[in-house]
Amino acid sequence: MASLDRRKLVGVVLLVVLACVLPFVVGNYRVFQFTLVLAYSIALLGLNMLTGYNGQISLGHGAFYAIGAYGAAILMDKAGFPYWATIPIAGAICFVAGFLFGLPALRLEGLYLALATFSLGVAMPQILKHEALAKWTGGSQGIVIVKPDPPAWSGLSQDQWLYFFTLAWVVVLFVFGWNLLRGRIGRAMVAIRDQPIAAQAMGVNTSLVKSLTFGVSALYTGIAGAIGAIVIQFVAPDSFTIFLSITLLVGVVIGGLASIWGAFFGAVFIQFIPNIADEISKAAPWAIYGVVLIAFMYVMPTGVAGFLRLVRSRIARRRGA
Amino acid sequence: MHKTLDRITRRTALALAFGAACFAQNAAAQAAKYGPGASATEIKLGQTMPYSGPASAYGTIGKVEQAYFKMINDNGGINGRKVNLISLDDGYSPPKAVEQVRRLVEQDEVLALFQTLGTPSNSAIHKYVNAKKVPHLLLATGATKWGDPQNNPWTMGFNLSYQSEGQIYAKWLLKNKPDAKIAILYQNDDFGKDVLKGVKDGLGAAGAKMIVKEATYEVTDPTIDSQILTLQSSGADTFIDITTPKFGAQAVRKAFDSGWKPLHLLNNVSASIGSVLVPAGVEKAVGAITVAYYKDQNDPQWKDDPAMLEWRAFMGRYYREGDPKDQSNLYGYLAAQIMTQILKQCGNDLTRENVMRQAANLKQFKLPLLLPGMALSTGPTDFFPVKQAQLQKFTGTQWQLFGELMNTDAR
Repeated sequence: MASLDRRKLVGVVLLVVLACVLPFVVGNYRVFQFTLVLAYSIALLGLNMLTGYNGQISLGHGAFYAIGAYGAAILMDKAGFPYWATIPIAGAICFVAGFLFGLPALRLEGLYLALATFSLGVAMPQILKHEALAKWTGGSQGIVIVKPDPPAWSGLSQDQWLYFFTLAWVVVLFVFGWNLLRGRIGRAMVAIRDQPIAAQAMGVNTSLVKSLTFGVSALYTGIAGAIGAIVIQFVAPDSFTIFLSITLLVGVVIGGLASIWGAFFGAVFIQFIPNIADEISKAAPWAIYGVVLIAFMYVMPTGVAGFLRLVRSRIARRRGA
Repeated sequence: MHKTLDRITRRTALALAFGAACFAQNAAAQAAKYGPGASATEIKLGQTMPYSGPASAYGTIGKVEQAYFKMINDNGGINGRKVNLISLDDGYSPPKAVEQVRRLVEQDEVLALFQTLGTPSNSAIHKYVNAKKVPHLLLATGATKWGDPQNNPWTMGFNLSYQSEGQIYAKWLLKNKPDAKIAILYQNDDFGKDVLKGVKDGLGAAGAKMIVKEATYEVTDPTIDSQILTLQSSGADTFIDITTPKFGAQAVRKAFDSGWKPLHLLNNVSASIGSVLVPAGVEKAVGAITVAYYKDQNDPQWKDDPAMLEWRAFMGRYYREGDPKDQSNLYGYLAAQIMTQILKQCGNDLTRENVMRQAANLKQFKLPLLLPGMALSTGPTDFFPVKQAQLQKFTGTQWQLFGELMNTDAR
């Protein structure tokens, strides 16, 4: 269990190769979209740790995404940091913020936690607009970020460079996440979700693991936010409304709860389905979105990842028989 | 003999005609220059609109503009080319606006962007469109920063800018109430400060004496009652009210209920009768003053105005589902008319450079839906099409124009 079997390894290598070829066969606009998909996938993996593996529902992860985005933007705009240096700092800020938020949240279970995080998500745009912070956040007008130039040796366009920059973070964070979730801590997280009392009896420090999960989850989401800000080149309070938090939750559920790969499917969904809905109907794009959402839930009740797992096991069974 | 001659002449004539036709076509082909998004048959424009999200009430602007170009196309297009306005939803979300605008520029390859709506969305794409050198025209926002040809030569706004509006209030006061004691309430953000700057610039040196008190509020504040009371206690007799609709309604009500009853200059953002004055109580708003620069279809004096009748006919024929009482539908129609003029001026040179050159080359362009006597002008250093406006007073049922058309500096 602790290591990939050969077939899976080949699959992963193929995926990475495919991801590396992609920006050379599509235009810059698509590359930009896929970069956003990658950024979202990081955020979704983070939220999935919390919701899928640890069973804590968050309706406020957009707030951590915003903190990460603003962290990167302010560091670049006010302190003159290079863009790459802002990513780990934004992640660290979000880890602390998430851990601290996770402490009081320990007392809240299920839907009550969902409401508490919801309040964080709702409050965030207004906090960002607040007078006391406006000096750094730029108030409701936000901050414009300079798009990073690729190093000369790479010969890439700006969009391609950002894509690979993001891809590198995806690889690092997914390997880290894979190790974390498949190891002792991951098992503790799942145990807390399924049988909190039994987990405690087994010697799992429930509160520490829960707060840490919150912290790591926020860290992932914050890094995604920082990358998103650099890719979009702009942050403003209106970018991080409560709708973002809900979108992230939709992505996690559509992709597949408690699935690492699910994050990619969820990210593709939240990036592309609204556009498709808009193409179909200008009058009611979100009604179309809703219909697609229901269709997905009906056809794939365990998310895309769960659906694929089901298909694979069916095929294997047929082969076996 | 006679017959042969006849045949020869006919053949020659045919050949001549054919040659001439070829030549004409050649000449046309030589003269026509096309940038991205333009061809002999089509001109592609793009825009993002908040069809969903918190500002979706403004989505009608995008729809009325599409309807307008449908009418233009039904009548033969512009210089024989059909206009294809691709209008995408950004949900009033800046990241979505960036994504959609990149799609319009890089995938759909539009010739120009037209009337992208909202200050946040336009701020988000400002740098990008200027780096890409895509005309970013007639933005549907009043921020003054859109008229900065030196630093952003590809962006040009449309609305009377917030600073111009502030200037007009100041000029009017200087002329008609030079001993006014002015209290100002403004929203503490770029919008509020933009109007405030116009007021102060307009008052000039006299401002220091005339302005007796300033107060601010945050968009997050629940009420502005205490600010109104502070302003009232300053002894001011004139109130410049720079607020967004919710706070505008509160200010109208509180300034009346507290017994202050100053001369109330209410900024245009909050001048909607339906969403501000009615909730506040119309009787409390009697005498309030604001600016206008185009005709109000709900004003009975324009009932039989030919331009208004034409607009109503258009609404009935091309945009039946639109609300003829909604000012946005007139606003979008106006903007589309100006865009049409710019494209007409481009002639057969439909490159992005020329579109921008022509946008900055409006010369005393008159539109019958603008207030009488108004004309739009732009130039290489003047990216503010609308620089004139007139004041209007609230009668208790409607806004009534008074005084004369006022000019502002190019800003």
